[in-house]
Amino acid sequence: MKFTLKVWRQKNAKAKGRFETYKIDGISPDTSFLEMLDILNNNLIVEGKEPVAFDHDCREGICGMCSLYINGRAHGPDDEITTCQLHMRKFKDGDTITIEPWRSAAFPVVKDLVVNRNAFDQILQAGGFISVGGVVPDANTIPIPKKDADESMDAASCIGCGACVATCKNGSAMLFVAARVSSLAKLPQGRAEAARRAQAMVAKMDELGFGACSNTQACEAECPKGVTIAHIARLNREFLFAKLEN
Amino acid sequence: MTSLLFSSIGKKLIISLSGLFLLIFLALHLLLNLTALIGPDHYENVCSFMDTNPLVKVMVPVLALGFIIHILFASYFEFKNWAARPRAMSYAVPTTTKGVSWASKNMFVLGVIVIGFLLMHFCHFWAKMQLQGFLGREEANAYELVVNLFSKWYYCVIYIVWICAIYFHVLHGFWSAFQSIGLSNANWLPRLQLFAKIYAAVIFIGYVSIPVCFLLGWHK
Ligand code: HEM
Ligand code: SF4
Ligand code: FES
Repeated sequence: MKFTLKVWRQKNAKAKGRFETYKIDGISPDTSFLEMLDILNNNLIVEGKEPVAFDHDCREGICGMCSLYINGRAHGPDDEITTCQLHMRKFKDGDTITIEPWRSAAFPVVKDLVVNRNAFDQILQAGGFISVGGVVPDANTIPIPKKDADESMDAASCIGCGACVATCKNGSAMLFVAARVSSLAKLPQGRAEAARRAQAMVAKMDELGFGACSNTQACEAECPKGVTIAHIARLNREFLFAKLEN
Repeated sequence: MTSLLFSSIGKKLIISLSGLFLLIFLALHLLLNLTALIGPDHYENVCSFMDTNPLVKVMVPVLALGFIIHILFASYFEFKNWAARPRAMSYAVPTTTKGVSWASKNMFVLGVIVIGFLLMHFCHFWAKMQLQGFLGREEANAYELVVNLFSKWYYCVIYIVWICAIYFHVLHGFWSAFQSIGLSNANWLPRLQLFAKIYAAVIFIGYVSIPVCFLLGWHK
């Protein structure tokens, strides 16, 4: 397959970026999107040019490292997958593919297609955990209703990729924060700190320059793990009750 | 309390509560308007009831406050959101994400359209009726005002455009308000979205039926 790639190139965080156009040929339909970029980079290196910087790690859809806004969609044209799970057979031969970094004030571009998602780590550090003192108890000693466990696991499947922020017209991190708050609030171990957690994480999210939620549902449409806005409703509930108790 | 009001979710709570209050007002206002179709006498009766009832007198400033709070918080909320995704950071390829309603992305623009026509509505009705009464002068005859305005086709068109903006604002706002307060989950979300469609349709058909009936001469 043959493609024309329009790729965002930016030297560093301060530089002004622009699109570069590259032609690429001889790509098998079974090549993954990131492998296609590897081939492009190999060609660039051979030509003595600077390769394109992009994030990736596990390449099996579980780490949340890969990103990329491809032809107007986070993680490209397929539903509920990460960019590393996207294959070139999803495109037509001869397509022009525009590749942009995640765009949001809270995720500044570091280089080319790489953005700094450290803001997510800071939100997690603010309260996205369970404080355990002493010996870790055996997980199976506390019975948990299946429905609660399921809901918790659905939310826990968030891999922190940031597609929700990238897609949201407000650059809001509500789906990410909701996934954390919801997955822990549904379990007895996480319940104890639920009120403090919701308040601390929302305060951090607001402080770091993420936008607020307009309920457009764009985040859940692009989330590779199918986290739904029902979790945002729970976050709103947890947060408002916590504030009312104060 | 202040930490609640200045948090993103707290601001949205205020927008939701004031928005729900305005939704109730829209339905009540519609009921009053519809009496104009039954005949001048009924309409005049309702108008004089509204003029003299003490509860209405109390509710008028509350309503104004509801509008002001909704508009101020909604504007502040929007400005903060623009800062989180500045224009310079927009994507070269416009988003192609499916399943995002047009209304949900344009609530602010719709709101501004609603304000624009609201001011016009004030000049046409409120300034000639309630304001005159307040100043101790003779009030314009309400029914005559209605007949006059709705006999002009272009006024009817402007009015219907206004109701369209309200329709889309309500279509998203109705369920969005419940979601923002936290009164929603996987089961209730589709139901709330259905109620929103029904409520918005009732508001739209109700309000639009008045100019349409007057234009077609279907009123008593
Ligand atoms: C007939 C009058 C109005 C009614 C019934 C109404 C109703 C509502 C409702 C129910 C919501 C949903 C709240 C939520 O999502 O939590 C809302 C949101 C909103 N309204 Fe209104 N509203 C009215 C007028 C206005 C006006 C005049 C403005 C002008 C600025 C405005 C701007 C907004 C904005 C910006 C939002 C938030 C949208 C978002 O979440 O991004 N509204 N409105
Ligand atoms: S909620 Fe979904 S889109 Fe957002 S960070 Fe988690 S996995 Fe990514
Ligand atoms: S590289 Fe790990 S999820 Fe894509």
